[in-house]
Amino acid sequence: MRRRPVDTGDPDRLYTVTGGRHRAGESLDLVTLLVSECEPTAGMQSEHARILELCRHPTAVVEVAAELRLPITVVRILLADLLDAGRVTARHPRAAPSLAGLPDSQLLKEVLHGLRNI
Amino acid sequence: MGSATSELPSLRLPLTDRAETGLKIVVVGGFGVGKTTLVRSVSEIRPLNTEEVMTRAGVGIDEPDPASRKSTTTVAFDFGRISLNDRMVLYLFGAPGQERFWFLWDRLFAGTLGAVVLVDTRRVDDCWYAIDRLEHHRTPFVVAVNRFEQDGVRYSLGEIRQALALPAHVPMVECDARDRQSAKDVLITLVDHLYDMAMAQEATP
Repeated sequence: MRRRPVDTGDPDRLYTVTGGRHRAGESLDLVTLLVSECEPTAGMQSEHARILELCRHPTAVVEVAAELRLPITVVRILLADLLDAGRVTARHPRAAPSLAGLPDSQLLKEVLHGLRNI
Repeated sequence: MGSATSELPSLRLPLTDRAETGLKIVVVGGFGVGKTTLVRSVSEIRPLNTEEVMTRAGVGIDEPDPASRKSTTTVAFDFGRISLNDRMVLYLFGAPGQERFWFLWDRLFAGTLGAVVLVDTRRVDDCWYAIDRLEHHRTPFVVAVNRFEQDGVRYSLGEIRQALALPAHVPMVECDARDRQSAKDVLITLVDHLYDMAMAQEATP
């Protein structure tokens, strides 16, 4: 499962994939689930088309990155494009945890139940 | 690490269309301690590898190789997946404990439920830094001691707790990262701990 690292030594490649953009709103969580709202179309940027294929079923940001073999940062930018265009929708993780950083006990109970049943 | 053969399906095993809530647990530990093995033992997909890049400017005190002109550096990590029910899916990340990784913590692992510090008793020192950083980020964690067959000396959990100067409230558990039930028990120990903390917090007005 070791794979060739992406060409981080060649920032030009990353620049090309993202069109050189760098903007806010790319703070998608690693485990935000994405769902395609349309099929890829002819002439679409290949990375966008690939994402739309992958996300026919809910797929996390980190899974998209692994499949596309691109760094998380780059994938967040690609996904922001598709979100802006309404081509994918995002199912965000539940609201930020409480002050002490803990999720509520009900959610944890469900996690425990799930883990015991796997 | 990452060398065992696996019968697990690849990522293409899709989630149900009702999946809506992604959750994170991070396994940290030194090189070769068995992070990927533990992830693989409980994952429903073959663990995948991905990475994040950061610019040198974002690195702060990291020291890039002076011989290199690279303007970016890379942190790689593995992850697996557990569908808890048809709505909730838990992603389990195996992350290196090295210094540069912690610069990316907020960007990658903000909102994580908690962490497992995986310990190799032959290299206990490796996890001091991880424990220090988790405390800094106020991330709840448990310590899991991966028992290797070739362990020369078997330190007790009490001895390891002392060596790590670990507070009494942090749970410790022994495990065999290769064993599915054992790896599952580690995760249950963590979530039990989180649950107790959440209950205590909710009981406080």
